[in-house]
Amino acid sequence: MNNNRIKAGITVFPGSNCDFDVYYVLNDIFGLNTSYIWHKDKINDMRSYDFIVIPGGFSYGDYLRSGALAARGLIMESLKDYAANGGIILGICNGFQILLEAGLLAGAMLTNNSLRFECKDVYLNVLKDDTPFTCDIKKGSILRMPIAHHDGNYFAAHDIIQDFNKNDNIIFKYCDSAGEPTEDSNPNGSLLNIAGIIGENFNIMGLMPHPERSSEKLMGSEDGGYIFKSIIKYIKGK
Amino acid sequence: MSYEGEKMIKKAFVKVMLKEEVLDSQGKAVLSVLKSSGYNNVKDVRIGKYIELTIDLDILNKSAEGKTYTMEEEIEEISGKILSNPLIEEFNIEIKNKK
Repeated sequence: MNNNRIKAGITVFPGSNCDFDVYYVLNDIFGLNTSYIWHKDKINDMRSYDFIVIPGGFSYGDYLRSGALAARGLIMESLKDYAANGGIILGICNGFQILLEAGLLAGAMLTNNSLRFECKDVYLNVLKDDTPFTCDIKKGSILRMPIAHHDGNYFAAHDIIQDFNKNDNIIFKYCDSAGEPTEDSNPNGSLLNIAGIIGENFNIMGLMPHPERSSEKLMGSEDGGYIFKSIIKYIKGK
Repeated sequence: MSYEGEKMIKKAFVKVMLKEEVLDSQGKAVLSVLKSSGYNNVKDVRIGKYIELTIDLDILNKSAEGKTYTMEEEIEEISGKILSNPLIEEFNIEIKNKK
């Protein structure tokens, strides 16, 4: 299968602003057959997309709670069906917040404990390499990617974290350059330094850092590209 | 109950607060400013949202799913499903005749 046979969809809500960046990376860098999905549209044929990305931004201006209004949009009904059929969904930053608000991933986002919009490079420890999103990355690898968010302080009640530990749902943790999940390396106060989680069926992942902003050398890091390379590898191997 | 033409209108006021066990970073920041401003007797600050809904009772029963609601049930559902996130927040509803 050539890369251009892989069909990627990118959802677009009012206020999405990383949609063009994700499109550029998937279409221009990786050569995928990429298209946008407007938030008022429905996905009639689940085979239309090999995977779907919910990009970052400020959907609905972050009104009420980040991701809360987008999570109740029309397209989300289709995405829930898509997910239930095993479809692969990647939520980046605001996309992660939308997945949480829609109940497709467990937990919630609080305001960063710094109360600031945090915009900088962070290190991530990769805790799982047996998923569609990390199958081209070795477990224990340290990736460098930028974050840019105000509400990335991941929170979940004790029982959710217990389930995570049992089912291995924590996929990325903020860490220092040596891979240690220290307090200093946690940019927003996230519980257990959580930067990304994966759903129980391992087909939905959300992460706060921006892989699309670190997918080519020009941008200072290509580490984010490994997430897209993993998805491509997984789809080709299916 | 007040009338706008033939319509019966009520208002619902929904207060949304972070749960006690969830750290309220904004509240903590305001608390520290109050303390540094000399208000040492302030022991805690919590910040939430206050939302006003204006409800037309005449069309209350025509919900999207064809479900019959009382107004109280509808506001409860709106508050729990959309206005608050039950994982981190709790809400309180007050219903008044429209002024």
